[in-house]
Amino acid sequence: MIGIADLVVSYAQARRNAVDGVSFTVPRGQLTALAGPNGSGKSSIVRALLRRADIVRGGVTLDDRDVRTFSYGELAKLVAVVPQREEAAFPTRVHEYVALGRYPHLGLWRAPAEDDARAVDEALGQAGVNDLASRNTDELSGGEWQRVRIARALAQKTPALVLDEPTTFLDVAHEMAIFELLSSLARSGLAVLLVSHQLNLVARFADTIVLLDEGKVASSGSPAEVMKAERLEAIYRWPVVVTRDPAIGAPALVPLRRPRNLLDHSIPTPSTRDKP
Amino acid sequence: MSVPLIGVIDALRGRGDPTFIAIVRDLRLPRVILGALVGAGLGASGAALQGSLRNPLAEPYLLGVSGGAAVGAVVAYAFGATGEAVVTLAAFAGGISAVFVALAVSRVGGRGARGDMRTLLIAGVIVGAFANAAIMVALARAEPNTLRGALWWMMGSAADATWERVGWLAGSIMLAGGALVYWAREIDVLSLGEDAAASLGVDAERSGRRVFLLAALLAAATVSAAGLIGFIGLVVPHIARRLGLRAHRPLIVAAALVGAILVVGADLAARTVAPPTELPLGAITALLGVPFFLVQLRRTA
Repeated sequence: MIGIADLVVSYAQARRNAVDGVSFTVPRGQLTALAGPNGSGKSSIVRALLRRADIVRGGVTLDDRDVRTFSYGELAKLVAVVPQREEAAFPTRVHEYVALGRYPHLGLWRAPAEDDARAVDEALGQAGVNDLASRNTDELSGGEWQRVRIARALAQKTPALVLDEPTTFLDVAHEMAIFELLSSLARSGLAVLLVSHQLNLVARFADTIVLLDEGKVASSGSPAEVMKAERLEAIYRWPVVVTRDPAIGAPALVPLRRPRNLLDHSIPTPSTRDKP
Repeated sequence: MSVPLIGVIDALRGRGDPTFIAIVRDLRLPRVILGALVGAGLGASGAALQGSLRNPLAEPYLLGVSGGAAVGAVVAYAFGATGEAVVTLAAFAGGISAVFVALAVSRVGGRGARGDMRTLLIAGVIVGAFANAAIMVALARAEPNTLRGALWWMMGSAADATWERVGWLAGSIMLAGGALVYWAREIDVLSLGEDAAASLGVDAERSGRRVFLLAALLAAATVSAAGLIGFIGLVVPHIARRLGLRAHRPLIVAAALVGAILVVGADLAARTVAPPTELPLGAITALLGVPFFLVQLRRTA
């Protein structure tokens, strides 16, 4: 279980804290989604978990132990992270790439043993990329590449999994496939934390949504509790309507076009809050 | 002077014409070994850097090492140093200092204390450019002897090989190259990017700096032993990768071997293409390296 407790993360020369007193938990067996506008602190929380951000106050815990008391190596055996962007500079075979997920267990010199090979095979299977194992990473489509990256994280065999925007650039089918995969991984007992912009998909798949705004938790709870039109309008500074997904009745967000009959100065504009 | 093959074999075993023995044992053999070591060092250094920086265009001389080493050597020449140990040491010190300056610059330029590898690379280029400017200034008012020595050195040559120099270079390469091979799996992980590396349990920053320093150490040792020999560090890792190697442990070893072969071959060409003139070794490697690189570029484009 991942615990975020009163977390404050700050970058030098930033006018406000990137993360400002955020608390929530990511229990096992559930898909927890972290959503919010650009610059609301989502990625900073992931970086704090990886010990790559300066934690000013509070902290991140894994099974109630502060991540800062773990070594990088110990941490990598407990939580696997699929970072936002990643380009392989030198193409390599998918199987070898996924096998790098065993590094936390192998270290610098231990040769891969039977259970390492099994972990890699299982990861390839879970992510549905068995067929790609002998392909090169530069021959993959965007959707395949994302699944291969998830396979690498799964090969770590950690009880917790964190993904930062895994469906950016993907078309509808590939996006759905990734969400289905994450949902089934959560059902299988992993604690899954998903950082995503896709509120509508998140609303259909996540058990809990944590909605961030300007480094603070604006709302958290079930999708039905979080997806309220007034709240989303206030956070995204854009007029929206929340309806129901016709298939399963999950709340669905519909951002509205700019009202044409209004004068320019009254047109809502998205805030320009960039990442620090 | 040419020595027949049978003469070479006899000489290596200490038999036959004493002149041949002297030529083979004290001139040619150390020269071949020095060339091999220089190629090995540059190849290994380039392979490690390209992997950890995730940049197929990274090469050891981009770290500011070459510029710094050249400054060291030129300063030594300018102060009238003739002893080769002094020039070698000055070049080595210059190269290493340049790397530390680059590290310092990257800390200033980077976000807070967390300057990333890219900033480091840019810092190296900047320091190198500054060093080159400093050399131009120093050479503008240098005496002809200093000028010739400095130029010869900047063009790169294995001609001044001595057993002493070979020993010192071999030691440096065993040490720094061995360390790179020891930490090679970290380079595999680093090549995924800093966040991914962190998620796999590697302190990307510390590990990246370590690779940077070791690669710089290799480059500085080769530069101080044989001057600037371009394109080896850039091209050789690509050849090694073309052999199908991806994991950095075999890749670094292969790059060292390929580099050794290439430099020994290039030195042979430098010595024999236009006798009695010896062509500068650094120019030969560049002449071979540039076309290779263009072909490489076409294939990847």
